[in-house]
Amino acid sequence: MTQPIVKASNLARFYEVKDGFLSKPKTVKALAGVDFELSPGKTLAVVGESGCGKSTLARLITMIEEPTEGTLNIDGTEITPSVWADMRETVAIVFQDPYGSLNPRQRIGQILEEPLVINRRDMSAADREAAAREMIEMVGLRPEHYDRYPHMFSGGQRQRIAIARALMLDPKVLVLDEPVSALDVSIQSQILNLLVELQDRLDLAYLFISHDLSVVKHFADDVIVMYLARAVEKASKETLFETPRHPYSKALLSTTPHADPEGKKERIKLEGELPSPMNVPLGCAFAARCWLATEACRKSVPNLEGTDHKVACLHPL
Amino acid sequence: MSLLRIRNLSVDFATASGQFRAVDGVDVTLEKGELLAIVGESGSGKSVSMLAVMGLLPWTATITADEMSFEGRDLTKITPRERRSIIGKDMAMIFQEPMSSLNPCFTVGFQIKEALRIHMGMDRATRNNRAVELFDQVGIPDAASRLNTFPHQMSGGMNQRVMIAMAIACNPKLLIADEPTTALDVTIQAQILDLLIRLRDEQDMGLVLITHDMGVVAETAERVSVQYAGQKVEEQPVKDLFRHPYHPYTSALLSALPERATSKILPTIPGVVPGQFDRPQGCLFSPRCQFADEKCAQTPPVPCGPEQGRALCHHVDAIEAGEMA
Repeated sequence: MTQPIVKASNLARFYEVKDGFLSKPKTVKALAGVDFELSPGKTLAVVGESGCGKSTLARLITMIEEPTEGTLNIDGTEITPSVWADMRETVAIVFQDPYGSLNPRQRIGQILEEPLVINRRDMSAADREAAAREMIEMVGLRPEHYDRYPHMFSGGQRQRIAIARALMLDPKVLVLDEPVSALDVSIQSQILNLLVELQDRLDLAYLFISHDLSVVKHFADDVIVMYLARAVEKASKETLFETPRHPYSKALLSTTPHADPEGKKERIKLEGELPSPMNVPLGCAFAARCWLATEACRKSVPNLEGTDHKVACLHPL
Repeated sequence: MSLLRIRNLSVDFATASGQFRAVDGVDVTLEKGELLAIVGESGSGKSVSMLAVMGLLPWTATITADEMSFEGRDLTKITPRERRSIIGKDMAMIFQEPMSSLNPCFTVGFQIKEALRIHMGMDRATRNNRAVELFDQVGIPDAASRLNTFPHQMSGGMNQRVMIAMAIACNPKLLIADEPTTALDVTIQAQILDLLIRLRDEQDMGLVLITHDMGVVAETAERVSVQYAGQKVEEQPVKDLFRHPYHPYTSALLSALPERATSKILPTIPGVVPGQFDRPQGCLFSPRCQFADEKCAQTPPVPCGPEQGRALCHHVDAIEAGEMA
C-alpha cells in the first residue's frame, strides 16, 4: 500500500455574501467538511450536481483558495498559505473549457514554457524548448504544432494542450475539473485514453470532478458523491455503482440515461431542486427531496459513517 | 399527409472565406404524435436544419430544398406574414440555453402571455388563467406568483420549464426541442424529458428532439436519425439502431461510449469532423473510417434501403458479411 499523496480532513470553505447594505452579511457554506485521501496512480472522482461544492474543492486542493476550516496535507507537507508558492508545483489543474483556458495570443510553445520560465529560473531557453517539444509528443500532438496559436486547434487538441501545460512541472497530483464535458463523444474517448496512459506512465494521482456518471464509472477508482457542500457517500467505484446506500446516490444513478433502449428503466424521480446554499435547511440537506425522510432527518445532520463504504444517512438503503 | 416532410434540404452559409455547407441533402419525415431524435456531434447540422424549418436563420444562409412542407403547406414559398402565423403557434421550438433565450427585461408572465395575445387573441383575464394553467402543467410550483418573476430570479431548470410552457402555449402540432436538457443537471434532466414525453402523449403532437447524448436518445426516442457533417448517415427505430447500427460512424460512435467499454482503453474514432476547407470529395466520413477505400474517397455514397437503416455508405453489405475487417 503506497502512502497517500493528498490527505484532506474536514475541509471547509465559507463565503460571506452581502445582501443589501443594511442587512448583516450572510455566510454561504460552499464546502462543509470533506475528508479524503488520494494515492499515486489512483483516481478519485467527485460527482454531484451544480452548486454542490465540487469546484470549490478543486480550488482548495490547487491552493487557489485557503480553506476556512480543516487541514490539507499534500506530499507530507501541511498546507498553509506560507508554503503555497513551493507546493503549487505538486498540483496542477485542467479546466473544463479548453476554449477559455488558453491564452489566444500565445503560441503553443510559449504556453507550455511559461510554467518553466516562472518556476525554473535557471533553465536555459534551449532546455525549455526541448522539454516543451517532448511534452507535445507525449500528449499526442505533432511537432509542427509548437509554433501555432490556440485558435488553430479543435476542442480535443486544445484539451491536449491544456493537459500538456498542466504536466510541464512534473506534478504528482492532477485536478481534472470536468475535462471532457465540453467535448463530443468521439473526441471524449481520445482524451480519456490519453489520461489513462499518462497515469500509467507518470504514476499521477487524479482528482476527477465530473457530473457524468458514465465517464466516472469508466475512469475512477473511488467515488465521492456530494450534495450541497457535503459528501453524502464515499466508496470504491464497484461498490457505489452496484449497491448505492444513500438515497441521493441511488436517485442520481437511476436518472442517468443509459445508452441501452432495451434496458430496465427504474427511474427514481426526484421532485424539486437543490436548495439554495444561502438558506440550507436544518438537518439533512436532501430531506426535502428524499422519499425516505422522517422527522429525525429534518432535525440533525447525519455524519459520514462506515469503514470502506461510508454513507451520511439516517436511513441508508 | 405527414406533419413535417423535408426532402433534400441544404443550407449554405456565406462566410468571409466562401460558401460553407452546413446541411447537405437532409430528409426528415415526421407524423403526428411521433417522436424523432436527431443525434450528431457539434457541427453536424442538426440545429441548423431545424432552424431552417422555423425560418430563423440569418440572411447569410441560403436554403434550398426539393420539398419542405408542414401539414401540406409549402414552407419554401410561404410569405413572411403567413410564416409568422405558423411559427410560435402550430410549430414551436425550445432552445438549449434557457438563461439566454428569455428576455431579461420582462417578467416570464409577460413573455408567455405575449404569445397568447398575438396568436390566440385572448383577453387579459383568459390570458392570465391560461398562463397559470400552463405553469401548472409544466410543474412550476406556486404558478400565479411565479408569473411576476424575472428570468434571473429563477434557476436554470425553472427557466427551461418556462421555455417549454411558452412553446406549448398555443397547443403546437410540432414541437422542436433543441438540446433541451444539455445545460441542466441529471435529476432535472429526467424531470424535463418526462414532461416532454407526457405532453407529447397528451396533446398528440410531433416532437423532434435534437441531442448529442446517446443516453437521452436511448431512453426517450422512437426513431433516430444520425447526422454527420451536415448529412444524414443513418435512420432507424431506436432499438434496432442500438442493437445493429449499419453505418460505420454510428457503430464507432456507440462503441466510443464509456458505458459500453469493455477495457480501460476506449475504442476511438481518429481525426476530427471535416471543416470548411478539408471537406472530402467522396464520403464525408471516409478520412476517419476504418473501412474506407479508394471508392469511398472518390465517390459520394447513396443511401441504402430502409432495411439497412438508409445508411449512407458504399460498403454496408461487405461490412455485414465481415469481408472488410
